[in-house]
Amino acid sequence: MSARADLLISIADDELFLGWRNSEWTGIAPFLEEDVAFSSIAQNEIGHARALYELAAVELGTTADELAFDRTPEEYRCAPLVQLRRLEWARTIARHWLYETADELRLAALKASDDPEIAGIAAKMDREEAYHRMHAEMWVDRLLCSDEGRSRLNEAVDELWPYALGVLDDELRPELRRRAQERLGRELADVEPVSRGVHEVELAQLLEEMTMVRRSAPAGTQW
Amino acid sequence: MIYEVFRQERKGQPLQHAGTVNAPDERFAEIYAREQYGRRQESVSLWLVPREAVSEIEEFPDEFEMKYRRVDGYSIKARLREARERAGTLEAAPEAEQTE
Repeated sequence: MSARADLLISIADDELFLGWRNSEWTGIAPFLEEDVAFSSIAQNEIGHARALYELAAVELGTTADELAFDRTPEEYRCAPLVQLRRLEWARTIARHWLYETADELRLAALKASDDPEIAGIAAKMDREEAYHRMHAEMWVDRLLCSDEGRSRLNEAVDELWPYALGVLDDELRPELRRRAQERLGRELADVEPVSRGVHEVELAQLLEEMTMVRRSAPAGTQW
Repeated sequence: MIYEVFRQERKGQPLQHAGTVNAPDERFAEIYAREQYGRRQESVSLWLVPREAVSEIEEFPDEFEMKYRRVDGYSIKARLREARERAGTLEAAPEAEQTE
């Protein structure tokens, strides 16, 4: 597989898995308005995944659906951060914020790509991600303004920090650290990143759930 | 806090009440309103107004039943017909106007 296809699929896998994880809050988010907003963000992420898979599929002579659903768990390239099942609000917000902060750096680099298709899709994604960042930042501000919120956010960020570093390549990690530390007003641990290529048990479980309907009917079934 | 949300469907049209969002502050309210009333491209503009900023009037006393101030009972249809008869344009008037 080309480096280009590998890059597209890595980001698509991130967006698909994060979208799916975020959608686990649909119906049970802390309050109705947040339920609608967070579900909408989840849908956006899955839309980004589809656009990226489609671009990779052209190069690989396959389809977006096959790339999204028909690989073995070991073949997925998503960062472990998005594989984790963390159905607890502080961790959900911490992951959302860490991912969006990392994603902003990654998208900025891709927007400067020489490949016009990659630069174009990155610019399009970034226009939607801007609202995801606004949503994440407002939650971080909210949590930071009370003692309970601050301690729950900090605890969740510390737990997820090695995973957040793993979303990015080596060269972008120092900037992620700088931004996160500045935002939280404290140092973050010097840890070994949990990088892409690591497969948490939760990945296979999620994939099982995600492809249940697809596996129940032969390929090409018309609904 | 409850925010009343007004929505404009197309440029130039009046903003109309769309519903409410419940949010802890204006920033949350803006994000939630955008998602609830704008994500399907159904609005070109939204206004958010904290409910407590709305002045409400709901009493309209009419102790002396001053019916002459009201317009009910004033039949436009009959008067229009009379006017058209006088002007000789009754037959030319479109059906829709006649049955107003």
